[in-house]
Amino acid sequence: MSTAPISLTVNGARRTFDGDPTMPLLWYLRDELALTGTKYGCGISQCGVCTVHVNGAPVRACQRRMQSVADANVTTIEGLHPTGAHPLQVAWRDIDVPQCGFCQSGQIMQAATLLSKTSKPTDADIDTAMNGHICRCGTYPRIRAAIKAAAEASR
Amino acid sequence: MSAKHRLPWITAHPEPIDDARSSAALETHRRDFVKLLGLGGLLVAAGTLGVRRLNAADPLFAPNAEPWEPHAYVRLGDDGIITIICHRSEMGQGIRTTMPMIIADEMEADWATCRVEQAPGDDKKYGNQNTDGSTSIRDFLPRYREAGATVRALLEDAAAREWGVASGDVRATNGHVVHTASGRTKAFAALVATARTIPMPAKERVRIKSPNERRWEGKQMPSIDLVPMTTGTAMYGADMTLPGMKVAVISRPPVWGGKVVRVDDSLALKVPGVEQVVRIPETPVPSAFFPLGGVAVIAKNTWAAIRGRDALRITWDGGPNATYDSTAYKASLLSSVRAPGKAGRTVGDVPKALAGAAQRVTAEYYMPHLSHAQMEPVAALANVANGKVEVWAPTQSPQDARNTVAQYLKVDAANVAVHVTLLGGGFGRKSKPDFLCEAAFLSREVGAPVRVQWTREDDLRNSYLHSVAAHRLEAGLDATGTVTAWLHRSAYPAIGATFAPNVPGAEPDELTNGASDIPFDIPNMSVEICKAVAHTRIGWYRSVNAIHHGFAIGSFVDELAYAAKKDPADFLLALLGPDRVVDLSKAGLVAPASNYGASWADHPLDSGRARRVVELAVEQSGWRGAKLPRGKGRGVAIHRSFLSYVAMVVEVEVLPDGTVLVPRTTVAVDAGFIANPDRARAQMEGALIMAMSNLLTSEVTFAGGKVIQSNFRDYGVTRMRAAPHVVNVHLVTSEGLPGGIGEPGVPPAGGAIGNAIFAATGVRVRQLPVGKQLAGWQTTSSAGVRGGGG
Repeated sequence: MSTAPISLTVNGARRTFDGDPTMPLLWYLRDELALTGTKYGCGISQCGVCTVHVNGAPVRACQRRMQSVADANVTTIEGLHPTGAHPLQVAWRDIDVPQCGFCQSGQIMQAATLLSKTSKPTDADIDTAMNGHICRCGTYPRIRAAIKAAAEASR
Repeated sequence: MSAKHRLPWITAHPEPIDDARSSAALETHRRDFVKLLGLGGLLVAAGTLGVRRLNAADPLFAPNAEPWEPHAYVRLGDDGIITIICHRSEMGQGIRTTMPMIIADEMEADWATCRVEQAPGDDKKYGNQNTDGSTSIRDFLPRYREAGATVRALLEDAAAREWGVASGDVRATNGHVVHTASGRTKAFAALVATARTIPMPAKERVRIKSPNERRWEGKQMPSIDLVPMTTGTAMYGADMTLPGMKVAVISRPPVWGGKVVRVDDSLALKVPGVEQVVRIPETPVPSAFFPLGGVAVIAKNTWAAIRGRDALRITWDGGPNATYDSTAYKASLLSSVRAPGKAGRTVGDVPKALAGAAQRVTAEYYMPHLSHAQMEPVAALANVANGKVEVWAPTQSPQDARNTVAQYLKVDAANVAVHVTLLGGGFGRKSKPDFLCEAAFLSREVGAPVRVQWTREDDLRNSYLHSVAAHRLEAGLDATGTVTAWLHRSAYPAIGATFAPNVPGAEPDELTNGASDIPFDIPNMSVEICKAVAHTRIGWYRSVNAIHHGFAIGSFVDELAYAAKKDPADFLLALLGPDRVVDLSKAGLVAPASNYGASWADHPLDSGRARRVVELAVEQSGWRGAKLPRGKGRGVAIHRSFLSYVAMVVEVEVLPDGTVLVPRTTVAVDAGFIANPDRARAQMEGALIMAMSNLLTSEVTFAGGKVIQSNFRDYGVTRMRAAPHVVNVHLVTSEGLPGGIGEPGVPPAGGAIGNAIFAATGVRVRQLPVGKQLAGWQTTSSAGVRGGGG
């Protein structure tokens, strides 16, 4: 590759990437960094299972190319909380939200940005924020409940 | 064509494993193991999922502990760690929690010392591992209890031996054995050394706990994989890697039975990271569990493989199925159900009863192909080296996978190992091991570990689709509105056509998946199956034929209630008739009269159980309360499938643009004994939501033999905005033989949602999906037809 290496921060660690700059962030995280908590589900930002934070905003990693994350600060589900005890993670466990679990990383990452902006989300807030995420097991009612429980616990 | 490929769960019913209660068998197993130890062997068969701690705060597993398996499902370490080996695949139903909680409860183990390990594919050792047909608990509950009780008795015997007292004077309790008279206690860990030297307890000494002794069975237990699933460390098929691994993405024939005519891979090979292009031979129709074939791009990472695959230029020959067109096929199915078919159940004289009816009602229903669309597109990692084949994959059936890979590569199954990862959804798709075969084939060709990754487009376009189906129902009512005749004709391509050539249509036995085995009290019935040839791979999808059977029957009963001018719930209860227990194999059902692999003696059709769940759902839902305003409505339905009885009252709200929301649903379930109530509730919640997708938005259609849809952009599924806000699940408390849980919630939801839409809008949707059919319903429908329950 003739392009200059891309520097970025992933879960607090400085990283350098010198591969195909058009590679989606998703495949860099999964294939190069072995951060497999970020999932592949559709590749066209229709399902949300690849959601990560880029500079604090929720982003579909399947659509964000490496050339656009130079110097960015990326957080994945593995870096959401040092001991996995983010209020959402705790609420998810208390309510036993996951079934197969595959979509839950993306759901939690999206919900985390919702709570960071809206401390007490309504059903409508949750529906709007979470509608881009598909769960085929059908855990939506428990996700709603867990987001509210986490909001309650955070206050 | 074997029966197993018509109704896959039939294979799940009793296949003896080494009898868990047989002292002789266990003794042999144990002695063999001790011998192995003597030779310096070991038994740490670390499954793909490894050893999961039950709680993140637990002390670490001591790696030097010497493990011992007194039972195929239980391993005891001298350090007190108890490893329970889960032989069924986890795809969200919670079996990795439910199985261990049953065994540990019976063992009197301390839950904090228990670990769960995933078994590799070895059905001779573990019993059937084919995780479908909602069979894990209904087929294995007694074995799990026996496993736990046997090990408990063994540890009690060991303590009695050490103390020189009678076994009857000691008892196990939460990880210890207590000598009742003296109060002495010993931890299980301290008894392992003695336990391994004494005979296994005699069968008559193994006592299953009484219900009041249970600590966890039937009660709440947090799922064991919650920490990994909420921290991104849970490992699914697509997450597996090996050193030196390549990634493969494959271009498969877009038409079933199609072939590659010409490949130009020059552009693909120029993509940075692409290493080679490999042809996979096409498997002729019927391709069964084998790969479709095609052209594989082998690359050093997934992105390069995807780009490389996109750069292939392939000319395909579609073959005979290139004429498959969904519009024409729908017309052919509807035409098929207008003529008599093969009898699946015959009671009384339907033509005569219809001729004498005061009122005749006829309706036709259509349901398209559906895709499982599980969130994890299939993926498998294989390594073929030194004459051994090793595969890691999210498979529902490691035993079928192992045998199929062996056949495909023409090697002995003894040289094939299949490791089961977590499944990112299964729903039946991951019962089919074609993707494991692809990975194994490519690893052998390439000479390196290969992970095959299907894209979402691959998953929709080259799947084993749920059968498209048409139904025609006709009923005769007498002057009081009582149903006197029932004529049901169905047509759908058979699952068997995926496995055998020239299958003209489904067999009558497929009707026992919720069409011919219905609990209604009707004196004249004819349930028939009509012709339908398959043009794509048909597979089983959660609830299988009961999806469209449940929708058609549930809808038609509601239509009859309106025709009879009766409240739909009252009408449904009357149709169930007096409480009675029926062995349907003696009540007109055509042989082999399958009952989900169970015997009719154990699981007869019990109309009283059906009545009770309908009454429960109706009572709890507010059905008898105030009517809902126009645009909102309730629908009720009952369906028995997979040996369980589920009734639902669904409340919908239909927006002016035709969008259907499901704010509130009441579910009543009689599934016999329910080992893990919270996971049973979760399955009902999920079944309702999956049924919403099935009814409202999902559809796979074909043109020129190819699937038209490509991704979630055009394959619609239920999302948060439409998802239910309240799902009240009422579980009937029972010590009865367990029925299924994973699937029986889907079929009644189909009918109940459709009926609720009718109650809300006056529009009866008979052709699925609902899609945009309700747009503008306020101006086109008459509210006057709305009736009871709404």
